[in-house]
Amino acid sequence: MNKYVERLYNGIIKENPTLVLMLGMCPTLAVSTRASNGIGMGLSTLAVLVLSNLVISLLRKVIPDQVRLPAYIVIVASLVTVTELLIEAYLPSVYEALGIYIPLIVVNCIILGRAEAYANKHTPLLSVFDGVGMGLGFTIALTLAGAVREILGSGTFFGLQLLPKSVEPMGIFVQPPGAFLVIALFIIIMNAIGIKTRQRQLVENGCDGCCAGCTAKCETGKETAK
Amino acid sequence: MNHNLLLIIVSGALINNVVLSQFLGICSFLGVSQQMKASASLGGAVIFVITIASAVANLLYTNVLAPLGLDFMKTIVFILVIAALVQIVEMFLKKKSPAVYKSLGIFLPLITTNCAVLGVALTNVQNDYNFIESVLSGFGTALGFTLAIVLLAGIRSRIKEEDLPAPLRGAPIVLISAALMSIAFMGFAGLSF
Repeated sequence: MNKYVERLYNGIIKENPTLVLMLGMCPTLAVSTRASNGIGMGLSTLAVLVLSNLVISLLRKVIPDQVRLPAYIVIVASLVTVTELLIEAYLPSVYEALGIYIPLIVVNCIILGRAEAYANKHTPLLSVFDGVGMGLGFTIALTLAGAVREILGSGTFFGLQLLPKSVEPMGIFVQPPGAFLVIALFIIIMNAIGIKTRQRQLVENGCDGCCAGCTAKCETGKETAK
Repeated sequence: MNHNLLLIIVSGALINNVVLSQFLGICSFLGVSQQMKASASLGGAVIFVITIASAVANLLYTNVLAPLGLDFMKTIVFILVIAALVQIVEMFLKKKSPAVYKSLGIFLPLITTNCAVLGVALTNVQNDYNFIESVLSGFGTALGFTLAIVLLAGIRSRIKEEDLPAPLRGAPIVLISAALMSIAFMGFAGLSF
């Protein structure tokens, strides 16, 4: 497989940041009350992630190793501020819906995690593809979570009435507990599938094949990402 | 007035619990809650850092950023202030009280990317809180974080011994516990003074 396509596949499926690596949980849980919010948040993060991967990859030989984390944070924070101002100016409804979670993209573990794990070791073009893959993986997971919560919790899909009016929607799904439940459900499904394809996983991820092992590995990954 | 200040603390800690209803600081909430002791230490460090960070962020915003018309720079300035603050607190504790440093030490660097800290600083600006209100809201929020993470650590220590179906092991059962805690905390929404 072409290595650029491989980056996209890696971000969307193999190392999906939300569902497999469990990074960036805060925005995932918080804004997934509607499918459209998921797309808005996902694409904002994608834009920041692609640009930060590009800039950090370009500067990877310039930034001294000891101060790399503060340098990354400044780069990411500047990009987030620019994105925030652009969204406020051109997409006021998205700005209104996402609120404080747009500036909080700065502390999204996915962005610093990719900078640390990928962009500072690879060429700019590969890093951009990595950013696109990871960003799309994040967007898809967020939109899926948003769609499930929106359908169950308010009976609509992208604002269109989906369930008949006579069906009482389960309001709990658009409230905070629903976020935890839906994400838990996603991971249970992923785990259940993972058991069936254990052999493949063993080869591809170097995981020991058991779910607990994967989670432990992912948690160590998370600690290093921080 | 006093009524109001109390409400800010209670609302930060219980009604709008930072973890269970605003979803800030989830990474450390899920990652560190494996042991009760570690959770309590992290909670202590978070209370310490968030309270100081809200104070410093408020002073900087009202005295430097707002008068100069640089309020759009608040995200960058706040995150740098928080990162620097964590470093300073770490160095200060290392020198002045090694015992506290030893118990908080490894958790302090984790706090820089804890979105609760930046979240509180930004919410304070959004709500136009004055200095005292900012500090109290920071303290209340951090108290809520500590409460949530210690409670979750308690639940997880019980879950560890249960025989769960394989797909539920690890993250899913923790998230389900968090969902149940969140339902319980929704009960506080009716709380008013």
